[in-house]
Amino acid sequence: MSYFCDKYPVIEKKALAGGIFSITVKCPDAANAAEVGQFANILADGYTLRRPISICEIDKDQGTLRFVFEVRGKGTEVISHANVGDNLDVLGPLGNGFKVPEGKKVIVVGGGIGVPPLLGIAKQCGADCTAILGFRSYDKVILDKEFAAYGANTIVCTDDGSVGYHGVVTTPLTEELAKGNVDLVCACGPEPMIKAVVKECEDNNIPCRVSLEQRMGCGVGACVVCSCMTVRNGKEYYSRVCKDGPVFDAKEVRFDG
Amino acid sequence: MADLSVKIAGVDFKNPVIMASGAYGNGECYTDLYPISELGGISCKGMTIEPKMGNIPPRIAETPSGILNSVGLQNIGVRGFVDYYLDTLKEEGKGTVIIANVAGATLDDYIAAAEILESSNVDMIELNISCPNVKAGGATWGVTTEGAAAVTKAVRNATKKPLIVKLTPNVTSIADIAKAVEAEGADSISVINTLLGMRIDIRNRRPILHNNVGGLSGPAIFPVAVRCVWQCFNAVKIPIIGMGGISTWEDAVEMMLAGASAIQMGTAIFTDPYAPLKVTEGLAKYMDDNGIKSLSEIVGQVKPW
Ligand SMILES: Cc1cc2nc3c(=O)[nH]c(=O)nc-3n(C[C@H](O)[C@H](O)[C@H](O)COP(=O)(O)OP(=O)(O)OC[C@H]3O[C@@H](n4cnc5c(N)ncnc54)[C@H](O)[C@@H]3O)c2cc1C
Ligand SMILES: Cc1cc2nc3c(=O)[nH]c(=O)nc-3n(C[C@H](O)[C@H](O)[C@H](O)COP(=O)(O)O)c2cc1C
Repeated sequence: MSYFCDKYPVIEKKALAGGIFSITVKCPDAANAAEVGQFANILADGYTLRRPISICEIDKDQGTLRFVFEVRGKGTEVISHANVGDNLDVLGPLGNGFKVPEGKKVIVVGGGIGVPPLLGIAKQCGADCTAILGFRSYDKVILDKEFAAYGANTIVCTDDGSVGYHGVVTTPLTEELAKGNVDLVCACGPEPMIKAVVKECEDNNIPCRVSLEQRMGCGVGACVVCSCMTVRNGKEYYSRVCKDGPVFDAKEVRFDG
Repeated sequence: MADLSVKIAGVDFKNPVIMASGAYGNGECYTDLYPISELGGISCKGMTIEPKMGNIPPRIAETPSGILNSVGLQNIGVRGFVDYYLDTLKEEGKGTVIIANVAGATLDDYIAAAEILESSNVDMIELNISCPNVKAGGATWGVTTEGAAAVTKAVRNATKKPLIVKLTPNVTSIADIAKAVEAEGADSISVINTLLGMRIDIRNRRPILHNNVGGLSGPAIFPVAVRCVWQCFNAVKIPIIGMGGISTWEDAVEMMLAGASAIQMGTAIFTDPYAPLKVTEGLAKYMDDNGIKSLSEIVGQVKPW
């Protein structure tokens, strides 16, 4: 695994939903090294800290990486101003990905802006992937058609029932797990959702990998600020989300820690 | 190309750019971009005699032109550093000066750490008596002349390694602390550690840092750092390593004019991982352009009004 840091040209930009943007950059070296579930630390001009954004899609042939992100504050606002032809200063690919083995049946569970890093799993697994994607309401729904286009059995849920299944992602997850024939669950989203998914997987004895967020500094493991409590061999310690994660085996994460 | 080398406490640095403790791990995290041998030195992650878990996250908050951190000295312990990292650092560094940054709660902690390092091949010891993020020890030693003198004296007796003492700016007179550690045998001082700060999320009225307060670093503290270095330069004879918010070669020159013989960079690499190399290149060009043969020519050469 290796990473790069350079200014790369934006070759495509789209607005997906209110305040959510898709930006694709041409970065052959970084794209070639990237794995599904890794992230990049993107410079927001004028700010001290880079913003961690997951890699949504990797195209090694075209040498591109795609990022899908929501404007949350000033940094993501600045990044959202990058247009085709502008350069984005990208440090990546960083961290560990989902590492989904070939030929496995996978359920991916995404909540809101946690959905983008899961798209690569649908691309890899096609019809062997079931995607359960939760959003607040219809105007926040993103990428559902792209999951479906890759062949994933795609289930959209909204909190307000404005489209798709009315309710939280765990209800369809329970139903899908009950059908059996699932090797692995991968989840990314708000912490309450992740906790509920992890519990569901534990109850059904299905392996689960989760992608976590934490406020970050360097992004490469040096400054140990983005810690998350983990347990290995009965020993508790703080792992680094940027370097040891962002994807963790759910069994190793102490969510109350 | 200009000769960027500097000498501090008898130790030769190939260039004056040293990575500040805590921002660069133990040198293992940035080698994808450039070899550590490009750096003048590395001050390794602050280490304690026993491994430390560190503080509960979140441990970082952005501020205007800077950050607050409250890592709380998460580290694998002095023995872990010597066993797992030191040989690789020395080998890959090819002359890059390797500095062990040491913190402790008690005098015995500092002494025990220094004794282990004394028999290692680390090049220098930097005594961290200025960490704002741990309950016991750390900055509690560095905020009084008596405390600073006591730690320096104890460690001085435990090691012959060149000894740097790292000072906190969170004091009334940093010059007095500098004099106190010089008197007890410090070979150099590094100035400054972070300034104590706080940020609150107005939506939930919670401090952003779980530790409530943390250390401020980055460009925001640069003028404070320049002032502290200048005050220390006027107070002591031992060489000063200046740091706090340096991100460009111009900052490095300014810090040297204030009295620093070398500089450290921390937070700047979070923004631009290549910043240390850009500073080295910029300094070389500055020397060539101005006919400067050795950086020692500019140290402390500010002309105060
Ligand atoms: C590994 C990882 C992957 C991510 N992937 C995506 C993605 O694909 N799409 C997306 O929209 N968002 C993603 N996020 C969240 C994204 O990083 C934050 O929304 C963003 O940093 C907010 O920056 P801001 O300047 O807009 O907000 P501000 O609130 O102004 O930011 C202030 C500081 O807090 C940090 N911060 C604020 N919220 C978060 C957060 N949730 N996680 C980490 N740091 C935060 C910022 O980085 C910045 O340092 C990811 C976060 C992590 C850790
Ligand atoms: C994340 C982080 C961790 C730090 N850890 C240490 C440490 O372990 N020991 C120490 O002496 N200083 C530590 N510092 C302080 C820096 O070494 C430096 O003194 C300070 O950040 C000012 O320099 P800068 O503005 O260039 O970062 C840390 C700073 C940061 C940002």
